Amino acid sequence: MINLTINGKEYPVEAPAGMPLLWVIREQCELTGTKFGCGIAQCGACTVHVDGQPIRSCITPASSVEGKNITTIEGIAPDENTLHIVQQAWIEEQTPQCGYCQSGQIMSAVALLNENPTPSDEEIEQAMSGNICRCGMYGRIKSAIKRASAALQASTSNPQLQ
Amino acid sequence: MKKWTRRAFIGTGILASGALVIGVAIRPGNRSSKVAGLIAEEGETVMNIWLKISPDNTVTAIIPHAEMGQGVHTTLAMMLADEMDADWSKVKFMEAPADKEYANYVVAKGFIAGNKTFPKFLEGTIDGVFLTAVKTMNFQITGGSASVRFTGQQGMRIAGAAAKAMLLQAAADTWKVPVEELKAEKSIISHPASNQSATFAELAQAAAKVKAPKQPRLKTPEEFTLMGTSQPRLDIPAKVTGAAKFGMDVILPNMKYATIKAAPVFGAKVKTVDTSIPSDSEGVLKVLNLENAVAVVAEGYWQAKSALDRLNMEFESTENDGKSQDDIFKGYQMAMDKALEEESIEEHFRSGDALIALSEAETIVEAEYQLPFLAHATMEPMNCTAWVHDGKCEIWCGSQNPLGAKAAMAEFLDISPEQVTVHNQLLGGGFGRRSETDVIKQAVAIAKEVDYPVKLIWSREEDTQHDVYREATISRMKAGLDQSGNPVAYSHQFLFKHHPPEAADIPYTVPNQLIQFTSPSSFVPWGNWRSVDHSVHGFLTESFIDELAFAAKKDPLAFRKSLTQDKPRFQKVLDLIQEKSDWDSPLPANWGRGIAIAQSFGSIVAEVAEVEVNVEGKVKVHRVVCVADAGFAIHPDGFKAQMESGIIYGLAAAMSGEITIENGAVAQSNFHDYQVTRMSDAPRIETYIINSGNPPGGAGEPSTPVIAPAVTNAIFNATGVRIRQLPISKTDLRVSIQQTT
Ligand code: FES
Ligand code: FES
Repeated sequence: MINLTINGKEYPVEAPAGMPLLWVIREQCELTGTKFGCGIAQCGACTVHVDGQPIRSCITPASSVEGKNITTIEGIAPDENTLHIVQQAWIEEQTPQCGYCQSGQIMSAVALLNENPTPSDEEIEQAMSGNICRCGMYGRIKSAIKRASAALQASTSNPQLQ
Repeated sequence: MKKWTRRAFIGTGILASGALVIGVAIRPGNRSSKVAGLIAEEGETVMNIWLKISPDNTVTAIIPHAEMGQGVHTTLAMMLADEMDADWSKVKFMEAPADKEYANYVVAKGFIAGNKTFPKFLEGTIDGVFLTAVKTMNFQITGGSASVRFTGQQGMRIAGAAAKAMLLQAAADTWKVPVEELKAEKSIISHPASNQSATFAELAQAAAKVKAPKQPRLKTPEEFTLMGTSQPRLDIPAKVTGAAKFGMDVILPNMKYATIKAAPVFGAKVKTVDTSIPSDSEGVLKVLNLENAVAVVAEGYWQAKSALDRLNMEFESTENDGKSQDDIFKGYQMAMDKALEEESIEEHFRSGDALIALSEAETIVEAEYQLPFLAHATMEPMNCTAWVHDGKCEIWCGSQNPLGAKAAMAEFLDISPEQVTVHNQLLGGGFGRRSETDVIKQAVAIAKEVDYPVKLIWSREEDTQHDVYREATISRMKAGLDQSGNPVAYSHQFLFKHHPPEAADIPYTVPNQLIQFTSPSSFVPWGNWRSVDHSVHGFLTESFIDELAFAAKKDPLAFRKSLTQDKPRFQKVLDLIQEKSDWDSPLPANWGRGIAIAQSFGSIVAEVAEVEVNVEGKVKVHRVVCVADAGFAIHPDGFKAQMESGIIYGLAAAMSGEITIENGAVAQSNFHDYQVTRMSDAPRIETYIINSGNPPGGAGEPSTPVIAPAVTNAIFNATGVRIRQLPISKTDLRVSIQQTT
């Protein structure tokens, strides 16, 4: 039995040794927003945050993140009725197509903007190239990140919006 | 021919909830009967329900297509709501279940068997709606870029217009005023002269009793209020919160997980496997020998996968065990030679006498091309949840073909289709792969051995190695030019003809043409891959025409224009792309521009690629300009998104996409060796849409066929190296750059 903290909630789970975090999140915690795409850290669909850092949950043993703060796509919005600025930008740019990769894309984008609120094109490409989108929405993902970056700037320079 | 004794008509009814439904009903036997009251009376079956008006005045469009990111739910709902003058903010949609409530499989099948064609004169009529319903649900599936073109144009719009006509008539009858004086706007019917108005919902009861018009009047484009606008897609909000449910995300009470390994060589059988539960595995419930595959059922996917990886299994040998990709290509060459020699080659198209014209031509251009197998690699690996219980079968998956799945599983289990229910989920990419039922059949085969629901998940490796593939192929092309560089003869011999049948046609004016094909047998399973045969012929035709332009010493864009003078839509597309791509402006050294154009699925798409080839021979596509004659783009932003998507999908294939066969099996296994386009390799894409006033063309596929030739033509422009084998990564471009620098 291990105890995981996901989106601020405690999940006592039965995870056999070596079982990747991805499957614990999806099957035992029933948080299905985090996706399986490749299982070998090639596609980014399974991206979650561990203590704020983006990781590939398909190759991360669940036991290795016990006691750390895990955040999934379900946990990034500030509250139930408000979207995260990045999610909002994703809607405004009409970014998702099939949508399957988008949880992972958004988790990578949030991590990027936390680290670097005003990334250049090259920095965006570098940070996002581990996330495959087979629907090819790269242009929209990039625009959405820039939109979110601008919105972040506006909200930090205008304390009323915070 | 099967005699058709049933009559289709539009039916209306009020549900117990007070909602008005409008759909198409059929009644066996009696040709002259009228429908009154509920649709599904004794002896009648509801074919398809198109829309529902609820007491709170919401209109629900019921969409018989799967959502895989093409925005079909939004676009089709817009088409219906626009004709109906419904208030868009109160319009909802639901996907029509593949269920007997909505489709009578047996009847539909009988009808199709008796009458395969869609008579032109029925388009735009209520009978046409019925035919569309049958066509859509039984064999059209979500594919062929057809949803808007057929279901939308011939189904949704007419159902919406019919509903409006009935509501107007109901208001006219109630208020005793002439129907011409009434206005429909935002889900309200009003009579300005007498200052009366009523919501759709208030009129629903009365409208249900009005006879549906035989041929409702459709709006002209000037009257559209929703069609032609980019309404935010209804499916997007759930896709940014993780709430959207794909087949992979289904969770049922007491559900277990399975994964599978099929015989690596296609068609091989399991020889030995120990089906006892391995002692060293945790959570394993069952090991199953499925004849051509081994499956493990466990408490979770990872437990099942770990156990499967450690199982000892052997497969029977087959005649294909030793086959390599080289053998396959050699076999193709031999098959082509043999077909020519024995004159068994089939004719695709002939005009004039190409052989004589070739012998008399001033210049001969000849080229041979080769294309690889391609996998679909949908983002969401194949999966399906099945539960076989109480003589019934329930299936949860994202399918492009839910009714086909229902029929196939009924047959597989030998039960009636009514006992099979398909709960269709969102698709994490389809591209043609999810029109197959192989995975569903595996899930059902596993589920029938256990008494709980099972979710079968394929590993990415299984997904790559047991796809149905775009064929690998070779092609021989030859053309003759006259003294002024005009093509006078064109001959093309290709392999395999699937669909659409016109894919190998050329749009160019060449008086003498001979296009032939032969179809050798192949043990590698074939499947629809985004744009199907156009994915092959787009590359062949547009590469070769570029070779002809070069031989004729003409600008490739001008050459194409001069050969399509009888096609005003092509001329317009070429003019616009010349301007938008800055075609005539110079580029730096080692940069090149290439153009390609093709008509497919009702749209004409041209693309100009701008590439740079660096000293290491690495190709970087910087920019793609895309001009599409969409006929009429119902949802312009959605159309653009599809163009972008099809370009990136085709680019991945062009640059590095290649499935090869080694020892009879697929050599690639995951994204590290079946590489796809990532953000760092993605070009800037600019799309321009031309609404030419023609019927709406397809969006999901037509941008894919032209990207590969646009890029290889650009590489030729940059380096002088003509790429005749895909993917591009097979060609070493270093030398060419050293020579030119
Ligand atoms: S599933 Fe983890 S990176 Fe692809
Ligand atoms: S939206 Fe479909 S894979 Fe990215």
